[in-house]
Order: sequence, then structure tokens, then C-alpha cells
Amino acid sequence: MAMPREPVLIRSIQFGLVAILFGTWWFVTQSSQKLMLLLPRPELVWREMQLLWSSGRLWAAATITVTEIVKAYVIAVVAGILVGFLVTRSKNLVRIFEPMLAGMFAIPLTLFFPLFVVFFGIGPDSKIAYAATYSFFPIALNTIAGFSSVDELYLRAVRSMGASSIQQFRHVYLPGALPVTLTGLRIGFFICIASVLGGETLAAAAGVGKSIALSAELMETARLYAWIAFVVLASVVLNLLALAAETRSERE
Amino acid sequence: MTEMSNTHVRLVRLALIVGLIAIWEFYARFISTSSLIAGPSDVAMAWWPKVMGEPRVRTAVGITLIELAVAFAMSVVFGMLIGILIGLTNIGRRSMYPIVLLLYGIPQAIILPLFVLVFGLGPASKIAFGFSHGIFPVIVNTIAGMRNVSPHLLAGSAAMGASRAQQVRYVIFPHMVTTVFAGLRLAMTLTLLGVILAEIFVSQGGIGFFTLLYSETFNPAALMALVLTLALMAIALNELVRLVEARFSRWKD
Repeated sequence: MAMPREPVLIRSIQFGLVAILFGTWWFVTQSSQKLMLLLPRPELVWREMQLLWSSGRLWAAATITVTEIVKAYVIAVVAGILVGFLVTRSKNLVRIFEPMLAGMFAIPLTLFFPLFVVFFGIGPDSKIAYAATYSFFPIALNTIAGFSSVDELYLRAVRSMGASSIQQFRHVYLPGALPVTLTGLRIGFFICIASVLGGETLAAAAGVGKSIALSAELMETARLYAWIAFVVLASVVLNLLALAAETRSERE
Repeated sequence: MTEMSNTHVRLVRLALIVGLIAIWEFYARFISTSSLIAGPSDVAMAWWPKVMGEPRVRTAVGITLIELAVAFAMSVVFGMLIGILIGLTNIGRRSMYPIVLLLYGIPQAIILPLFVLVFGLGPASKIAFGFSHGIFPVIVNTIAGMRNVSPHLLAGSAAMGASRAQQVRYVIFPHMVTTVFAGLRLAMTLTLLGVILAEIFVSQGGIGFFTLLYSETFNPAALMALVLTLALMAIALNELVRLVEARFSRWKD
């Protein structure tokens, strides 16, 4: 589905809404002093954002968090695609393993986070292991779905024309399985980010999540909002990029 | 390869799980020297009376279930309400749906400390955080469900003189059910995720209190017993929503 250009009306409703939100925020914080503790003035948050940016604290925390996300994601992608591919080698294996993996994924794995901390410590390892485990499931499940959806007819056709198993993989399996597998990679990526940030908020020595939890503990609400604003901005940009990539690949 | 029968598949799956538990037991008993690895037998021994036999733990589990129930009910009611309001008009859907999706995409863990500041250390912050997780899949799937209704059926029923209320009851609602229930199942998982995240973050006497207690006193057997009990409850709740879903989409087949 190609995205049509939204008419001016839709865009103005969206921007109007955001403007009203910020306007209300500005307005209520100007009049009430009591609220200041939980809802700091927008200009104070803006100043904190500049401070975090220029003092290098944002980059120090972001480097740790992004490193954890990348490591966890690489582990999840390799393990997820490998397991997913191996399971689809036989229909019986799919019937045995698919429900088990799906059942595990329905459990909020956050439950197991304290175990990860006990085993891997308070450092980055526990966050990497936890996020890798969480994002492994959607990747494996979608790889299974992707490779299972490859039409048997095409396989028989290329086999009868004498395709080697490498050629079968390259020209039938891969293109057939790719769309669904990519969906799994996208879901896994966002779960990976959320898990690393969640894990850092719960128990960590450093990182963006830890900085957020710490500013809340110290009641530095302006700084807390500044951190949140940075993560929200990054997440909106990432989501828009993912959406744009998907729209493009669907058009092709 | 020949196709296995359903019973056969189940037997193999069972054997696999039993085998994994046996390997885990063997590893914990004979190979691992770490005190952090507790075998299945240790976990089973800790389960009763130390963990679930302890009234305070049972109360904590009860509190968590109540938090979950309240948050889930709020997610369903407000999610469907907001979803219907947005999905009712074309303009509403096209302007608001992208905003809902972007909000849904934000990793919510980052606002957890703020929720605790605003709603306090008690159950209120858990309910609020579970609600903020659970409401999004309900909104999104309600909007999606309303779009699923074929315009031919609407035109047909209108031609036969159905009122707007009758259209909602007999055409729109049955078609929404499947999509909405898929949303409810996801909402159940996410609400539980939110409640547990908030519990583990800070807790007074809830399950988060006990996971922290067992972690800090290095009691992996008790920790696993509690965590596995909650995981089994999560599976049971998920099955429950699935059964209700099957009941309401019976008309389809």
C-alpha cells in the first residue's frame, strides 16, 4: 500500500493536537506552583535537555545502552533465525516446537528478570541476556512462519528442473520466507530496545534507563522529563523509519 | 518424512520437556558448583511450604492478580471507548491512528519512574502502569476491527431498514469481535507485563518485594519457585482469554 499524501486538514489536526498538549503544559505550569514538583515547566525541561546534550552525559549513557541493544539484538537474530530455520526442516518439528515457543512468548518474560540479575550480575550482561532472550522469540516464531509459508509447488517445480539445494534456498526459500521473517526482525528489534531500557530501569549500574530511574529517585523531575523526551524522540524517529522502510518494500 | 499423529506430537513434546528438566537436574546436582544454580527438585522443595505455603507470599500473589484485573478491565473499557471514538469517523481515524501507533511504539519502561512519583509506591502505580500498557492493543485492534466490516453488509442492512443501533448490534459488533479479541489477548499479556515491571521496580509486600528478597538473600530455588508459579498463572490467563475468544467467534465457522 503506497501511502497517499495526507490532506492538509489531517496534518493540521495532528499538529493542532500536539500544540494544544504543549500549550496546556505551559499554561498549567505557569499558574500553579504546587504542580512544579511533578510537572516542571517546559522551559526548564528544555534547559535540562541542552545541559545533558552539551555535558556529554547523554552520550555516555546512550553509548552504554546502544551497545547493550546491539549485542542483544545480534544474539537474538542469529539464534532466532538459526532455530527458526532448523525447526522448519521438517513439518513434525514445526508441530512440536512452534506451540512451545509461542506459549513461552505469551508469558511476560519480565518475570524472569530477577533471575537474569542473579546469574549475570548488575552490569550490562544481565540486560543483554534478558533482551536477547525476549527478542529471540518473535524472530524465531516469524522465521518459522516465513519458511513454512513457502509454497511446496514452487519447490517441486524447481526440483524437477534440476535445482541444487543451494539454488533452491537462494531462489525459492529465501525470497518466499523473507517478508514474514523481516516482520519478526522488526518486532524483535523494538522488543529488544524496550527490554534493555526496562532492564536498565529495574536494575543497572549505568545507561539511559538507569539515569531515568536515578533522576526520579533524586526528584530531579526536570532532568527526568529531559531523559524521557530524548527516548521518546529517538523512538518516534525509529518508528517512522521502520514505517517508511516497510511502505517502500511493500510498494516494490 | 511421514506426518505424525497429534498424540504422537504431544508425546514427543512431553518427552522433550521431561528430558530438559532431567538435564537441568543433572547439571545442578553433579556438574555445577555454583550456589546460584538450583535444580528442579530444589525448586519443588522450595515451592511448598517456603514460598507458596507462606501466607504473605499468597497475599502478594493475590494483590498482583487484583492489580492485573483492575488494570485489564480499565484497558478494555477505555481502550474500546477511545477506539470506537477514533474509528467512527474517517477524519478521526486518519488523523489519530498514526499518533496512537507512535505512542504505542514508545518503550514505556522509561516512564515507569514517573508513574511511581505520581501514583506512589502502592498498587495504584502498578494498576496505572498495567493500564498504560494494556490500553494500546485494545485501541489499535478496535479501530482495525471497525474497518473490517464490509460496506456491502452495511449498505444491505440499511436497505432492509436497519437502524444505526441495529447495524452496530448485528453487523459491526460480530465482525469486530475476532480482531478485538486478538487485541484483548495481547492486552492481557501486556497488562501483566506492565504490572510485573512496576512490581519489580518497587513494591511494598507485592510479588516484587519477594523477588527482591529472594534475589538479595541469594535464594535461587525460592526465586524460581515464585517466578515459575507466576509464569504458569500467565499461561492459564492467556488460555482463558483464548477460550472466551473462541466462544465469541463461533459464528464464523
